[in-house]
Parts: sequence; structure tokens; C-alpha cells
Amino acid sequence: MTPKPARKELVLVGHGMVGQRFLEALFEQPSAAATWRVTVLAEEPRAAYDRVQLSSWFNGTSADELSMCPQEFLDEHGIELRCSEPAAKVDRGARIVTTASGERLPYDALVLATGSYPFVPPVPGHDADGCHVYRTIEDLEGIRADAKGARVGAVVGGGLLGLEAAGALIALGLETHVVEFAPRLMALQVDDGGGDVLRRKIEDMGVRVHTGAGTQRIDTGDDGRVRSMALSDGSEIEADLVIFSAGVRPRDQLARDCGLPVGERGGIVVNEQCRTEDPHVWAIGECAQTVDGRVYGLVAPGYAMAEAAARELADGEGSFTGADTSTKLKLLGVDVASFGDAHGAAEGALDVVYANSRAGVYKKLVIGADGALLGGVLVGDTESYAVLRPLAASGTPLPAPPEQLVLPAGSGAPAGPIALPDEAVVCSCHNVSKGAIKAAVHENGCASVPEVKKCTKAGTGCGSCVKLMSTIVTDELAASGVEVSTALCEHFPHTRAELYEIIQVKGITDFSRVLAEHGTGEGCDICKPTVGSILASLGGGHILAGEQAALQDTNDHFLANLQRNGSYSVVPRVPGGEITPEGLIVIGEIARDFGLYTKITGGQRIDLFGARVDQLPPIWKRLVEAGFESGHAYGKALRTVKSCVGETWCRYGVQDSVGLAIELELRYRGLRAPHKLKSAVSGCARECAEAQSKDFGIIATSTGWNLYVGGNGGMTPRHADLLAADLDRETLIRTIDRFLMFYIRTADRLERTAPWLERLEGGLDHLREVVMDDSLGICEDLDELMGRHIETYEDEWAATLADPDRVRRFVSFANAPGTPDPTVRFAPERDQIRPARPGELVAGPALEVRTR
Amino acid sequence: MSTANPATVEIHDGAEWQPVCAWADLVPGRGVAVLVGGDQIAVYRDRAGQLYAIDNHDPFSGAYVMSRGILGSRGDVPVVMSPMYKQAFDLRTGTCLDEQIPALRVWPVRASESACDSASPLSMPVAETSQPAAAGVRET
Repeated sequence: MTPKPARKELVLVGHGMVGQRFLEALFEQPSAAATWRVTVLAEEPRAAYDRVQLSSWFNGTSADELSMCPQEFLDEHGIELRCSEPAAKVDRGARIVTTASGERLPYDALVLATGSYPFVPPVPGHDADGCHVYRTIEDLEGIRADAKGARVGAVVGGGLLGLEAAGALIALGLETHVVEFAPRLMALQVDDGGGDVLRRKIEDMGVRVHTGAGTQRIDTGDDGRVRSMALSDGSEIEADLVIFSAGVRPRDQLARDCGLPVGERGGIVVNEQCRTEDPHVWAIGECAQTVDGRVYGLVAPGYAMAEAAARELADGEGSFTGADTSTKLKLLGVDVASFGDAHGAAEGALDVVYANSRAGVYKKLVIGADGALLGGVLVGDTESYAVLRPLAASGTPLPAPPEQLVLPAGSGAPAGPIALPDEAVVCSCHNVSKGAIKAAVHENGCASVPEVKKCTKAGTGCGSCVKLMSTIVTDELAASGVEVSTALCEHFPHTRAELYEIIQVKGITDFSRVLAEHGTGEGCDICKPTVGSILASLGGGHILAGEQAALQDTNDHFLANLQRNGSYSVVPRVPGGEITPEGLIVIGEIARDFGLYTKITGGQRIDLFGARVDQLPPIWKRLVEAGFESGHAYGKALRTVKSCVGETWCRYGVQDSVGLAIELELRYRGLRAPHKLKSAVSGCARECAEAQSKDFGIIATSTGWNLYVGGNGGMTPRHADLLAADLDRETLIRTIDRFLMFYIRTADRLERTAPWLERLEGGLDHLREVVMDDSLGICEDLDELMGRHIETYEDEWAATLADPDRVRRFVSFANAPGTPDPTVRFAPERDQIRPARPGELVAGPALEVRTR
Repeated sequence: MSTANPATVEIHDGAEWQPVCAWADLVPGRGVAVLVGGDQIAVYRDRAGQLYAIDNHDPFSGAYVMSRGILGSRGDVPVVMSPMYKQAFDLRTGTCLDEQIPALRVWPVRASESACDSASPLSMPVAETSQPAAAGVRET
């Protein structure tokens, strides 16, 4: 066996977003693993995290959730990550990096990804207690700690980050000021007109904006803490917390100290391959000055540089010659986008402007002398960004007169993606062109957006292009004659959502009519339960009433869960997981008397296994008499609302999570949905109820409730997204009502809320607009449907027991109602029963299982 | 429908027609299990009133649950889907449409107008035979 060639040493200094992207890109190259042994020196105490989403930390997103680097990634590639261990010195001659703790690491390749540091203007008092910057999670922790005793906060800098910081101060409940030296907010990205609209919207939120004003001095009180700040216009702001967000500077000291050239305004000088003057040293991201003489402060160019350097190091060819600095973001709830030549710098460029101050919308397109779109600014409505940005980048003539492109939807022809040339970049995060997406469809056989995402990475960054992408994919599939079948099954050409609409609009109440008017054949195990579920969701009465009984899966048909040997399990509802000792005793007695196997479920209730069909009514008769109701463990319906013990008992709780969980579980019990629904309520940010893994989860804050939606455990776990923060109880419940009904109305069969939300056009923003701003005008309908559900709820088991005709079906044999099924047999295990294995010699159904 | 006023469902056990349940016991599109001799048989009635009788034993799970499946159609074939792992079986022949396994046994089944007391199964004569005797039902 030939010995493996020794791997070369690669040291990466800095583990921010760009550093992490570099590692990913490096190990995407097949040769990398055999070539490089990688050590990462990180100054911060944690692995790379999503700094772009930093502000979401104030809305309850934890540091762990922001993390971009799972331990498995490091393990898989044998990467050694040293946190809290910055590099101190580089000896280029000896090719050795010395760390802050004095350790010396030899390297064959050194990659500097040290990022940038916040610029703090050297005004008197800038380092007083109460002054902060906004860059790391530690900065945020400091701000939050200081905000506890503060009333007024001021942000120095009205750029992108400054407005993010202002949002954080609002979230912390502080009266908030923004001081900007330039005459308008976001001076880099927007023009005066856009700045005006932005300012008005932000002032509407209670933020005091001071533009054209510099910070002259920060005054402190006797305790040495910030008390006020003096501005260049002579005014003074009484503030007890200050955040500096006046731009960033490249962190190039390490390079300066070892004699590498840096730019005039900072930034390690690199060539197209992101290599410095020293062939063994690379620099990427915000610490580098690229070949076009610029230092990029955005993540997308940083990623592009990381990828270029990674390809170079893996014997490939990479280059970075400059990047698109287009931006689309939501700041303090205001949509802002800027792309291409936003300021009309090109010679002969002309503007086309649409401004509507009343609606808070401003749009400007910069048109070149030849009529091509060069760039633009969008404030208040950025819907057209996904189409306009690639158009501007492609330099092709406009598909429609420019004025039509800025007018509100409906008053002009919308620019469809067909108008985009192939070279237009659709996903700027991963630099994927329309042509690449088309190729994924035609050449790689991708037939859906998720497949194209997987194949091209498009849409996996910020996600702003997913809507455009799905239009392109659909168009391309249609163009190539691929029938995109959305049919439920062979009997219905419709999707579940379409069937829902049909059934609701026509007021249909039985399967026969749906089938006769809209389907073919006799139905199947797909469409029948689906229609049964829709009828139940629309308030169609008991699921075993009349013809509906024939539609239900066996679980729903027997109101219990079929197990592998033909027996059933029984789960009584235990709202919020709260149960009295008497309740526990009753369940225990029933389980003992019927010889059932008992197990505690993950949803905080008790599952009783091993009941024969004929035992279900007598078991439930006793449960109902003791006050229990069906737990709907058998249905595609609300299962449980889990809860932690909350402020009532817990030292840390800030709200009554059990009380809310019980209220929610009782409100939504029995609600039939396209798939099962799970929920949880946590009484504080420690999240002991694991609410973020639920379809809808609620986490208490000191002033209200944060609502998360679209979480999922199971095979493809997904953390829920924050839909709204700090809601009062009434708004919270109304929002959940609408979320659930909107999901029930539009989801596919067996589609949990997580994939539904990922598929939903416009994503979380769209959902928020629908259920909170009523953008589709359907909230009244949704509210009414939920009202009807709550009004008509009845316990399915109590209702079944009250109807002798239904009880009569619960027999093992129609011609021998008293005879138990002799094939349902059990064997003893750990003092309980379990299904007997084939051929196992066991006692019959009368097995005595009480072994003690 | 085989008779104008159906009251009783009968299965031919190889020797004679055995009453197994009341017509009213069957919900259109669903089934019940009955005991005939030592055999568990699933009896169904479709929406048009056609009756079917096949083995209650689900060959994939080993459990006796076929009577709890959902009726439907696969193309022109009337089928029942196993409630356990959802394979479809031709109701007329017992053939599984999803995997190659031996067909489930089927029994001749009919409706008669004479009432029977389905609650007194012990009064029903039970023939001990293993002959499928299904010639009248099996389609090839």
C-alpha cells in the first residue's frame, strides 16, 4: 500500500460568514479533502453565524439558530476550529502564524477572512459606559444588558446597519433616535426621493430622525455613563444608550504588520484570484481590496470571493473581478431595494420616477442613453426587484416602456420572466443565471423548484428570488411539454386546495356529489380521506355521520390508531399536558382492567395500546364518564399543545404557558387539517416546550407572546419561523386562527405546515400580509370558519357512544359480536403486553398480564 | 343489485349459502369481518350495491384487517386498499395490484330477501371445507 501523501496545512484566519463559505466551497471541490488540513482561528467564542440576520436575535432567535456551521461539518472534513483564539502575528518568511496565546502554526496557504470592524468616530465621550457598536452577538448582549435601565437610545449612523440597530432599540422598548451625517437615510443605496419616503415611514414608527447632523460630543453623568449627546446642528439628545453604526473599516492590521500592501483607505490588496502579493496568502471578504479597487461590505461579493479563492486552492480556476452591490431588504418593516447604477452615474442616464407619498411608495429607474435599464431605487414596494435587477445587469433593452415597470400592479403590463435574457442573474447570492436554471430543467431533468434549488443552489441564500425562479421553472417545464401534474390522484384532476375551494363554493356536503361532478371512478384511499377531511374542516358534522363514514381511513373510522397486529391504541386528550391525580388514576385503572400497554407520548399524554375493536366503546365509556375526550391521535387534526410549567411554578417563567396551552388546545381540538398539527407554548425564552419545532409554537416574552410557525420534527426537521413578536393574547389567538385556516385552505394533501410555508409564494412575508394585514381580503372568511369550528365542536367519542348505530360497528365480527378476534394475541414483556410475534406460543386474548 | 329488497348477505362456504350479516350492516364503500367456519372473511358493499367477499387476512402485515380498508377503483378494477400498508387488491379476484403475491381467497356472496338474525351466529351451520368454491365469482 502506498502511503498517503501528507496533506498541506491551510490556516484560515477569521470564521465569519465569508470564512465559513470559503470552507464549504473548498470541500465542495473533490480534491480538497486529500490536499488540505485546515485549521481555523476565530476571535469570537463561537463558530460562524449569520450576521445578516443578527437583528433577529432581539426577536427571540437564539445564537444557536443563527449558527451557520454545524459540528458535523467540521467533523466530516477534519477541520480544527479554535474559537476565542485570534491570530496575532504572521511570519511570511517562515510561513508561520502565531496565535494570541502564543502557539505557532506553520502554513502552506494562509487565508485571511478577518472581516471589518465598526468605525467609531473619535468624538469626546465615545468610549463612555453605555456606548456600543453593533457587530457581534457579544455586542448585542451588551446592548440588551444596558437597555434594561435605559429610557432613550440613539443610533449614530442612518445607513443599513444603523436602521437595523434602531430596530433593535425599538424592540427593546426604548425611545429611539437616529443621527445621520448625510442629508438622507441610507445615503449609499437610495436617492433623495427614496430617502424621504423611507424617513416618513420610519418616523411613523416613532423613531426620531436627525439627518444632516453630526455627533459632536457625548456627555456623561457623575457615574461615568452616557447622559446625552450634542449634535452639530446645536441640538442635544438626552440618551442613556448610544450605538455607533457609522460604517465599517477593513480589519487589515495583521497584513499591515507583515508588510503586505493595503489600499489607501484600507483593505488588503488582492488580485483576481483573491491572492495577495505573497503567493501563499489570500484575503477574502470585507478585509480585502479587490481588483476593481473596492472594499465590499456585503455578503454576496464576500461569498463570491470565498468561492474564487477556494477554487484556486483546489487546483481549479477562480476569479473575482467585482460584484453587484444590489440590495433588497426590509428595514423596520419597510421594503427597500437598490440595484445597479442607482444614482444615475452613467453619462446620459435619465430617470423615470413614480412617487406616491400617501401610499409610501417610491420607485426610480435609471435608463441609459440607449434605452437599457441601468439601475434603480425601490422603497415601500419592492415586488418588481426580482425582475428588474437581472434586467439591469443584463444590459438588454427593456421588455416594456419603463413607466409601465414602475406603475403599481394592474395599471401597466408586468414584466414577466420570459423577458429576461438567459445571462440575467436570477440568484445573486449564488450567482445563478436564468440560463443555468433552464439548463437544470432541460438537461438535468429537474421538475420542481426544490429540485432546481438542490441542483443549482439558486434560492438557497436570501430567498428573494424564489418567486421568480418558480415562475421560470414552471414556464420552462410547460415549454418543454412536461405535464406538471398536480392532480390529487387518478380520480380527481385537482389539487387538494382546488377541491377545497370547489367544495366550499358549491356548498357540497357529500363525496358522491364531488365525485359525480368533478371526478371519475370510485375514488381511493387518497381522495376519499382527503375529501372527508375537507368536509370536516368546513364543519360537516361528525366524521362518521352518513356517507362520511366510508371516507375515513381506518384510524378515523374507529376513532383509534391501528397497530401492527390489528389492535388499536387509545389516547385521551390531556390539554396542555395538565392532568389531575384522579385523571391519572382513572387512566391507570382502565389500562389495568383492559390489560393495555401504557406509554407516555412526546405530546405530554398517555397512549393505551392493545385494544381490540370491540373493546374501544367500553374503554371510552369509562373515559368519557371520567371527563376525558378524544385526543384525535388518529386524525389529521390538532394533536396536542405541549407546555412547560410556566411562570406559575418556574423560577424563570415570565408568562402562564400552561394556561395558554390549555386555552389553545381546547380552541383547536378536533380541527381537521391536511396533516396533523402540533403546537407548544413555552413560558420563557429557555424554550423548554420546544415550541420552535411545532406547526405553531408560542414563546412568552416579558410583554407578550412571540408566534412561530412552520416548525417540524420528524424526518426533515425545521425550525419554525417567527411570524410576529410580542403579541397580546387576543391578537395572538386571532393570528393563529387565521394561520391555521389559511393553511387548511391552501395546503396539499399530507403537506405539513413546514413544506407548505416553504412552498408558499412570497414565503413568510406573504403569510404575514395575509393573516395580519388581510392583503387578500379573506380574513373575515377565515375568522368565520374558525368560529364555526369552535361552535360546532363536539367530542367524537361521546357522540359516537350516544348513537347505538355507530357503536354497533365496533365488533370484531358482524356475525359474532361477542367473539373477540382470536388472531389479536399478546406476549408479556417488561411487566406489560406486546403484540405476539408470528409463531410465538402465547396465550389468547384473555392473557393475564398483571405479573405483579 | 342481485335482489330487489335485500335483507340478508349470504356467503357460499363451498357446501351451501350461509347468512353472515344483515344488508343494513354494510355501509356503502366499507366492509365488515365475519366468521365462517374457522375463516375470517371481509365482506363489502360498494356504492352501487355490488357485494364482495375476500380473505380478511392482510398478507403484508399478517393482521386480519382487510375488512377495515377503503373501497375504490384503480382504472376499471374495483379494489380495496389494505388499511395497514395501502396495497390495492382486486375485489373480484383477490389479486394484489401492487406486488406479485398469491391472490387472496374470494368467496361467492349474494344478497337475499329473507331476513336473518345476524346476532345469533351460533345458529348458522358452519361447513368445514378448504375448497375455494369461488368459480362463480372469479374472473379470469
